[in-house]
Amino acid sequence: MTTSHAHPPASPAATPGAPRETTEGPVYTVTGGDWDEVVQAAAKTDDERIVVNMGPQHPSTHGVLRLILEIDGETVTEARCGIGYLHTGIEKNLEYRTWTQGTTFVTRMDYLTPFFNEAAYCLGVEKLLGIEDQIPDRATVVRVLLMELNRLSSHLVCIATGGMELGATTIMIYGFRDRELVLDLYELITGLRMNHAYIRPGGLAQDLPPGAVDQLREFLRTMKQNLPEYDKLATGNPIFKARMQDIGYLDLAGCMALGATGPVLRSAGLAHDLRKTDPYCGYETYDFEVPTADTCDSYGRFLIRLEEMRQSLRIIEQCIDRLEPGPVMVGDKKIAWPAQLALGPDGLGNSLDHIKKIMGTSMEALIHHFKLVTEGFRVPAGQVYAAVESPKGELGAHIVSDGSTRPYRVHFRDPSFTNLQAMAAMCEGGQVADVIVAVASIDPVMGGVDR
Amino acid sequence: MGLEEKLPSGFLLTTVEQAAGWVRKSSVFPATFGLACCAIEMMTTGAGRYDLARFGMEVFRGSPRQADLMIVAGRVSQKMAPVLRQVYDQMPSPKWVISMGVCASSGGMFNNYAIVQGVDHIVPVDIYLPGCPPRPEMLLDAILKLHQKIQSSKLGVNAQEAAREAEEAALKALPLIEMKGLLR
Amino acid sequence: MSDRPQDRRPGSPPDDRPNPEKELSEQNLPGQRGEHGEEIRVQRGMFGANNGGDTSGYGGLVRSVRLPGAATRPYGGYFDEVADELEGALEEQGLVPEHAIEKTVVDRAELTFHIEREHLLQVARTLRDDPALRFELCTGVSAVHYPEDKGRELHAVYHLRSLTHGRLIRVEVSAPDRDPRIPSLVTVYPTNDWHEREAYDFFGLIFDGHPALTRIMMPDDWQGFPQRKDYPLGGIAVEYKGAQIPAPDQRRSYS
Repeated sequence: MTTSHAHPPASPAATPGAPRETTEGPVYTVTGGDWDEVVQAAAKTDDERIVVNMGPQHPSTHGVLRLILEIDGETVTEARCGIGYLHTGIEKNLEYRTWTQGTTFVTRMDYLTPFFNEAAYCLGVEKLLGIEDQIPDRATVVRVLLMELNRLSSHLVCIATGGMELGATTIMIYGFRDRELVLDLYELITGLRMNHAYIRPGGLAQDLPPGAVDQLREFLRTMKQNLPEYDKLATGNPIFKARMQDIGYLDLAGCMALGATGPVLRSAGLAHDLRKTDPYCGYETYDFEVPTADTCDSYGRFLIRLEEMRQSLRIIEQCIDRLEPGPVMVGDKKIAWPAQLALGPDGLGNSLDHIKKIMGTSMEALIHHFKLVTEGFRVPAGQVYAAVESPKGELGAHIVSDGSTRPYRVHFRDPSFTNLQAMAAMCEGGQVADVIVAVASIDPVMGGVDR
Repeated sequence: MGLEEKLPSGFLLTTVEQAAGWVRKSSVFPATFGLACCAIEMMTTGAGRYDLARFGMEVFRGSPRQADLMIVAGRVSQKMAPVLRQVYDQMPSPKWVISMGVCASSGGMFNNYAIVQGVDHIVPVDIYLPGCPPRPEMLLDAILKLHQKIQSSKLGVNAQEAAREAEEAALKALPLIEMKGLLR
Repeated sequence: MSDRPQDRRPGSPPDDRPNPEKELSEQNLPGQRGEHGEEIRVQRGMFGANNGGDTSGYGGLVRSVRLPGAATRPYGGYFDEVADELEGALEEQGLVPEHAIEKTVVDRAELTFHIEREHLLQVARTLRDDPALRFELCTGVSAVHYPEDKGRELHAVYHLRSLTHGRLIRVEVSAPDRDPRIPSLVTVYPTNDWHEREAYDFFGLIFDGHPALTRIMMPDDWQGFPQRKDYPLGGIAVEYKGAQIPAPDQRRSYS
């Protein structure tokens, strides 16, 4: 941490050790080199002010996050974030694609919570279309099921990478082991391990494959055995507690001012969870609890995530019991994606029977297929805001339509982006090593922060 | 680099090439260059089920100065591009680059103002790995192919000769748009 | 589909939401479309052929694009209560509500206040502090660019959530392109710090009173504001064997 690995291009004149005169006094720019020399050079001036740049390429910053820390000894006096290193322009790209194609883009925003991105977007589009109550029950139940599975996998990565950033490699191996189990289910259900585009405006891309329910039950059994291992490994672990307790402190007033939601807010004692306070997808009919902590610290957030995983397992169980046979796409054929998917010889593609039918027997079906796939459906003009409770907090989609076949503007209010603002409040006055713990407890995913 | 680069062409050089190639491929140190979705799959490859340690590569180095392989895992934004080049320049030679995923290889679906349309605009790429994101097995395959490439890499005058031939071939190559045939 | 009555989402509490089954009167219909809404653009032709003539035969088609217009009372559900409280609180502060609230739109079970930008700060503070309103949580600002809505090209959209009362409203402010200034809400909702920087970065909206309005996503030396409608997508054509596919914004669009 003593050297900055990838400093953005500094002025070419700055050779190591040689001060650069600025209006604020001599500035020593260091990229690599011997830390002792730097400290000696800085010690010559009375006005010591060391700015350490961490990232954007640093193994402990949770992706391409750049932290700019002003330190006094080991104490952080000022902390700032540099973001935008993963800005992808997804929101602009969406404006050039049809409404259905949009799911393919939004799923790549926060790549650890793809189903939440898709669900927020699709709930918004459905609200614009006014078809919320025509969505088949089975589709809604599968959405909830996938979202809860996703909550598991996201929290597992958070705990795994958070542990790794503390230097605990074992917990990383455990987290990824269990995440693989969830990813196996994703692959079975959607065909992809990540970036699924499975939830579509109007329902789902396709139904659950045969055997999915058995696999889900098997997974629940395994997970119930595996989850207590995190308790045994970490919850009571004195080193873990010493690193996390009272670190990254943010109380309720700070959370409200900074707009922090999700585990950060719940660790301050407020049981605010959109699944309870503003239910969507029928969450009010499921039986689960919203865990809170009153410690306002990283350890509290860790405990909340563990408990949320247990609650997610409960919800998944209820989902499996509720799965009734039925359609998974809205009945309106003007909205439902017309493709009938099947496993072709190349492992993907349309059903050959369906192609034969529309090519050979029904001119109208062919036209319909062509128009919908190339042009898409129209969405009445207006704007909506659809929010879901992602594992990181309130994930909101502000969607504007001008009545055409493409979104006019889509803006995602990503919880990682908003919660990351709290980094300065959590870190200033603490130790440099604790910055990593605080950032890891926010669990920012840069794909969501930068979009 | 060292003495081996000054050897004259001949059987001694080829023997040293084989030995150096074997040594180099057997212990490649990747730099962590996780950017987006692919980074998660890269971490998965390092974790239990896929176990990159089988190929002597489990030690991901935090510092580029200790690494000789950069796996560019994810979309490279215009803002990240200079940082990426800086990290590459900090790596000691010999060094290799795997462009993991379509975004790093060609910009992928993000054909827009923000994303560099292929990391080969910034650094030379040895292996392009398609997929969005590629499965861990695909990354393992790319790594094994890179191992083959490292094993057969040339030294000294042979390396100069190989570079000259590659340049000539590239100059003679037909532009993609003038090629005929299927879109593959 | 456009003239459906206001739908309540499945699962939302039945009592405090507008119930279309019970009251299908004219007043309860959502913001009027067709000839009534607010025109933002006039679209000509059907297939968006901008370069070269439209050979589809639909070139003469003229269609106005309208967003939902102002709604009339009662708005339904808790919306009336929120509107009453806000107007009352503003009157108490010596502000004529009609001067601050440009119009109120109720559409798709969502309430939107269009606020004059001079009064935005005061309205936001009232919405946050008034005990009957208490919108404690701001979910940030989303900017929208309507290049053909002359005089109100840039919109800033805020979604405010009340945890106390379990409510959600939208506040919308507009600014013309030649003077893209909107008062900053950072003093009321500190969470808007990064959100406003993002809106500035992508749309060039200048938030007066923001502590450090600099670019946040794009590199510091970037030219232009990339998510405005007049900024090209910036893609490049993709080459294949013997063929070239233009970037998405260069293709013929079917909109």
